[in-house]
Amino acid sequence: MSQPDLIIHDEKDNVGVVVIETTKKGQDCSAWIMENDKTVKVPSSNEVPLGHKIALKDLKVGDTIFKYGHDIGKVVKEIKKGEHVHVHNVKTKKW
Amino acid sequence: MFTFTMLKQKSGKSIMKIPKSFLGYKRENGRAGTRNHVIILPVDDISNACAEAVANNIKGTIALPHSYGRLQFGADLELHFRTMIGTGRNPNVAAVIVIGIEPKWTKKIVDGIAETGKPVEGFHIERSGDIQTIMKASKKAQEFSMWASEKQREECPLSDLWISVKCGESDTTSGLASNPTVGNLMDKLEPMGVHLCFGETSELTGAEQVCAKRGATPEAQKKFMKTWNDYNDFILKEATDDLSESQPTAGNIAGGLTTIEEKAFGNFQKIGSRKFIDVLEPAEEPKKGKGLYFMDTSSAAAECVTLQAAGGFNIHLFPTGQGNIIGNPIEPVVKLTANPLTAKLMSEHVDCDVSKILSREMNLDQAGDKLIETTLKVANGRLTCAEALGHREFVMTKLYRSA
Repeated sequence: MSQPDLIIHDEKDNVGVVVIETTKKGQDCSAWIMENDKTVKVPSSNEVPLGHKIALKDLKVGDTIFKYGHDIGKVVKEIKKGEHVHVHNVKTKKW
Repeated sequence: MFTFTMLKQKSGKSIMKIPKSFLGYKRENGRAGTRNHVIILPVDDISNACAEAVANNIKGTIALPHSYGRLQFGADLELHFRTMIGTGRNPNVAAVIVIGIEPKWTKKIVDGIAETGKPVEGFHIERSGDIQTIMKASKKAQEFSMWASEKQREECPLSDLWISVKCGESDTTSGLASNPTVGNLMDKLEPMGVHLCFGETSELTGAEQVCAKRGATPEAQKKFMKTWNDYNDFILKEATDDLSESQPTAGNIAGGLTTIEEKAFGNFQKIGSRKFIDVLEPAEEPKKGKGLYFMDTSSAAAECVTLQAAGGFNIHLFPTGQGNIIGNPIEPVVKLTANPLTAKLMSEHVDCDVSKILSREMNLDQAGDKLIETTLKVANGRLTCAEALGHREFVMTKLYRSA
């Protein structure tokens, strides 16, 4: 039960949240999946700060982002596994 | 009575023995307060000066100035009265002085508060002016303040706690840890007969279908969907863009929240695995007994807490990510955060630090217990950070322009 670098809410999720002050470029992050208590490895392609999300797989424009096992928005710019996921590449499906 | 016995930890259960009671102020109508305020309540904006002068004259009283109360009509006026009357009725308030420009609306508010049996007296300014009114109201306020100062805290059952919740300046740590901590507290305290309330209609957008399913009855589910649809229609009608930087806020985005849906699912963690038994109008007092209620509120912190306090809730839990610093003049606001940077850099605002959840040095059950412990300390009289720092944000919700 070492300190994780990322936390993933649900096995279905395609993003994880950084829970250390920042990830380093190229860091092999240890990600804890809360739902099933498994730990997986995820690369971080950029420096991503605390609270921000990293893609767990390659995502195309139009793909749905899953967090908490639920739809939280759509991809508007291609995202590679390990890249920062935020307002520059994901938008709401509401409003 | 208030020692916390640590028991052997079991997953999904409280690891401490939850006290069955707290020390509160018993009120005439059978409710209990966690505070003992004497308030000077202006009916309208132009009576603020009088109310503030009285509170300045008489120690142990607080004025609650606000910006509205003139020429309002329809549902907006009803909400104004409900908020004013509900604030006076709140069991954290021992006695009330009401000051308005004219006698009719002043009396309406006095009468609504008087139903509780607590001391309340109204004064109006027309035909006597500010100075006479300040003198008369100050005499009565002195009497109320000295009377209230004799009140003692007594042992009250835990079920006398009415706990409202609302989160603010959320980030992803809110959905990961601080909101689930509140949910954990709800799961543990609801069976003990407390009243609970969550709100933030607009901030459930994206999670509205999932939230509706938590209605305990088909009526509650239907009422929730109607409330959410009405609010969403209003937002769509008034929106001039995609609401970027309004929802989520610039602070939310800085903290890593990308969309309203992501914020909504995080927000929703606050109710744990509970079901809500009814949907309340803004500032409406619950009438279906113990359990969880949803109140139709805006998601702006001070507006929401003011409405929940007017609904009769006597202690508030406020999880924050980036560090919202809100307080309320009559309902103590207990703040918790799971963001280690916020806990470190804004420590004077944090009543309960649960950031160790993120490093897995603390689990949710331990965090929930820590929050119960903090909540009971505050219920028993410990000042919250917001109270010590003088935060008294009293913000009325206005539905539309006045006539």
